Amino acid sequence: MPSSSTTQAPRVHQDDVEVFSYDEQITRLFVLATVIWGLVGMLVGLLLALQLPFPEANLGEYLSFGRLRPLHTNAVIFAFAGNAIFAAVYYSTQRLCKTRMYSDWMSRFHFWGWQGIIVSAAITLPLGYTTSKEYAELEWPISIAIAVVWIVFAINFFATLKNRRVKHMYVALWFYIATIVTIAVLHVGNNLAIPVGAFESYPVYAGVQDALVQWWYGHNAVAFFLTTPFLGLMYYFLPKAAERPVFSYRLSIVHFWSLVFIYIWAGPHHLIYTAVPEWAATVGMVFSVMLWMPSWGGMINGLFTLRGAWHKLRDSVVLKMFVVGITFYGMSTFEGPMLSVKSVNALTHYTDWTIGHVHSGALGWNGFMTFGMIYWLLPRLWRTPLWSDKLANAHFWVGTLGILVYVIAMYVSGITQGLMWRAFDDAGRLMYPDFMETVVQVIPMYWARFIGGSLYLAGMVMLVVNVMMTIRNAPDTLPDAAQIAARKPVTAGMSGDGAPGTEGDGAAAPASQTSAAEASDQGDADDDEDDAPRPGTKRVQLPTPGDD
Amino acid sequence: MSRFIDKDGMHRSLEGWPLVFTVLTTIAILVGGLVEIVPLMLADDAAERIETVEPFTPLELAGRDIYISEGCVGCHSQAVRPFRHELERYGEYQRAGETVYERPFLWGSKRTGPDLARVGGKYPHLWHVRHMEDPRSTSPGSIMPPYPWMLEKDADLDVLPRKLRALRALGTPYSDEEIAQATELAEEQAAEIASEIEQQGGPADLESKQIVALVAYLQRLGTDIDAAPDVENELSDASSNASGSN
Ligand code: HEM
Ligand code: HEM
Repeated sequence: MPSSSTTQAPRVHQDDVEVFSYDEQITRLFVLATVIWGLVGMLVGLLLALQLPFPEANLGEYLSFGRLRPLHTNAVIFAFAGNAIFAAVYYSTQRLCKTRMYSDWMSRFHFWGWQGIIVSAAITLPLGYTTSKEYAELEWPISIAIAVVWIVFAINFFATLKNRRVKHMYVALWFYIATIVTIAVLHVGNNLAIPVGAFESYPVYAGVQDALVQWWYGHNAVAFFLTTPFLGLMYYFLPKAAERPVFSYRLSIVHFWSLVFIYIWAGPHHLIYTAVPEWAATVGMVFSVMLWMPSWGGMINGLFTLRGAWHKLRDSVVLKMFVVGITFYGMSTFEGPMLSVKSVNALTHYTDWTIGHVHSGALGWNGFMTFGMIYWLLPRLWRTPLWSDKLANAHFWVGTLGILVYVIAMYVSGITQGLMWRAFDDAGRLMYPDFMETVVQVIPMYWARFIGGSLYLAGMVMLVVNVMMTIRNAPDTLPDAAQIAARKPVTAGMSGDGAPGTEGDGAAAPASQTSAAEASDQGDADDDEDDAPRPGTKRVQLPTPGDD
Repeated sequence: MSRFIDKDGMHRSLEGWPLVFTVLTTIAILVGGLVEIVPLMLADDAAERIETVEPFTPLELAGRDIYISEGCVGCHSQAVRPFRHELERYGEYQRAGETVYERPFLWGSKRTGPDLARVGGKYPHLWHVRHMEDPRSTSPGSIMPPYPWMLEKDADLDVLPRKLRALRALGTPYSDEEIAQATELAEEQAAEIASEIEQQGGPADLESKQIVALVAYLQRLGTDIDAAPDVENELSDASSNASGSN
């Protein structure tokens, strides 16, 4: 990997301009970590998918299904999706605030601290150190480390907001704020425990309380780790890639606030018909159904941003990825509220349908939004064209097919399980009293899922190859390009790239930055505005990356 | 409303104040959790108590921690729902009162294998030993992983006093004696189970092994509630409700 300067650019104070630079290396690091952990996490997922129909693939104590399952979920959620989120946050926040991250040191601490956490997860989970609480399995020393790293991240982020040169925060930043705050609250709230050993502890909550707190956490980990940061990502990168402003500013306000408010209430939908109080389950169900609206608000704002730009999909693998990603977001956030309805949940809970739902969100929404972002970032961060567009397109198709096969297999097997478990014969006895009958029945679907997962992983491998080859072609040094900004905070009128001499995102794509997201801090605002360039902004064709 | 969200509305100003924005966001995300969780924390759970539900014995606790460590909860739920088909398949539906000593709760969210909340007493000890060693020997067609090492590795019983003490600090009513004697109590129970396994024709010398602790835990599951006098009636109500709604 080519070296690059990570040193703070000199802040030359001339009369009324400041020279600064964006920390690009930190985004590169997070992108690389995303790709590497994505590969690892999905490989583990594929091993799990093999172990279910073929138990001989349980390779001894450390690699048996029960211990690997949390490793898979932690690796794909916190390592793959997590690093992708951080790449998005570090890239876009600097640009939306027109300032470098507050502290390069903190950014590095965040990066290496997070990778250290992931490595310790990859060691301790196979060894059997786990709290058993889903998505919060890591034992107390690691859980404390997570809190520390998260706090450093938060300080770095909020201090950057404080230093910003753009008065108004763009909608992507709202979602990042919600993410950072809520994950901190959830993580601390759910992990309160008394240690009884180096890697063992008992939670301060018991039974019903523990269950409610865990799913308050668990559901909102989905909400504030797999949803809100990815919406932020969408709000920044989609308008960039489409060169269109976001569809509706008003919609973004309404759906942001309703989403963050309503999501928190929905946790008990994981506990319907258990011993948690009936009213809690009902509240969870009602709010889950309400959640459909703000969720689709996000989807609509995303898809409609492409109005009049659909033809661009043909040539842009980035946009294709985004469109499929957002579509799966729409599907899983329709499905989720449906699964929360008591009578539906009675059938689907405990079955593979849940697994299908999870992966339509995870592979479709989180995976494809991440891939789209990476394909967009690669040429810009490494200042050289993407190695192969063809391969990226192949990734798109293989990945899409993989998701469909995976998800459909799980729907079939989930419904089969649900129906067989509850079937009675004419005499009023269980039709399948032997649980094993219901297991054997779905094994073909487990094989189908294995094939779907293999396809998806094959796509992931294509991404890895494209990343490696693109980086090989990159220039030897990648210094952070100088940016110039007016000394006063840039205000709406003379916004964004209009600032004299501003070179946009850096050498790779000079002047391409007039597109929506940060064309001004108002880029989000213009639901009723046409695409006309504003005063002070130049509209320039996106140059082929690399011709600098 | 429109004054708020217009292009130059109040929200616009808010976007210029990160601190205020963050505070408002924090409030928005706290409300739901507080409303749902706090009443439960404050509720007097005496109403829910079931006389016959007792804390786990030290050996069962050790077994439970093995269950946790192996990730059994990834495939097995422990929460029977009040539907006729579940009552027939598994037994009584879950009561809040029987979960009071569950730290952490192990209800699970997936049934790749069957629910285990009522498995206690369903099979002889030896069945469990064979099943854990090689699931397909007792259950042809099973896709459960084998756990042969449980018959070879020693259970860690020395930490039990520390564990019981921690649990008591959190509210589980263990006596001073139980805490001091935790390891010995566990060894006694283990010896008993191991000899029963041997009597049933199983391997000897399992006494100190993980499998015995696990068997102790599994055999305990769901048994407390059997002894509860008032469960029977409730159950028939629930099952008629459930079959009606189902
Ligand atoms: C090649 C890709 C993947 C394969 C083959 C795969 C396979 C699996 C398998 C076999 C399980 C266990 C299901 C069960 O217990 O029945 C699982 C669970 C899970 N996977 Fe994946 N997975 C993949 C990618 C991902 C990604 C990218 C994410 C998230 C970003 C993800 C998130 C999860 C979660 C959250 C669970 C737990 C679900 C639950 O507890 O309900 N997976 N996966
Ligand atoms: C409106 C939005 C959503 C709602 C109301 C919702 C609802 C639900 C429900 C009811 C379940 C539990 C099923 C059961 O255990 O019976 C569930 C599980 C899950 N959902 Fe969603 N969902 C939504 C969106 C999403 C999205 C976008 C993702 C992924 C990116 C996601 C990831 C998950 C995961 C990982 C689980 C498994 C939890 C477990 O381990 O059991 N959900 N969801």
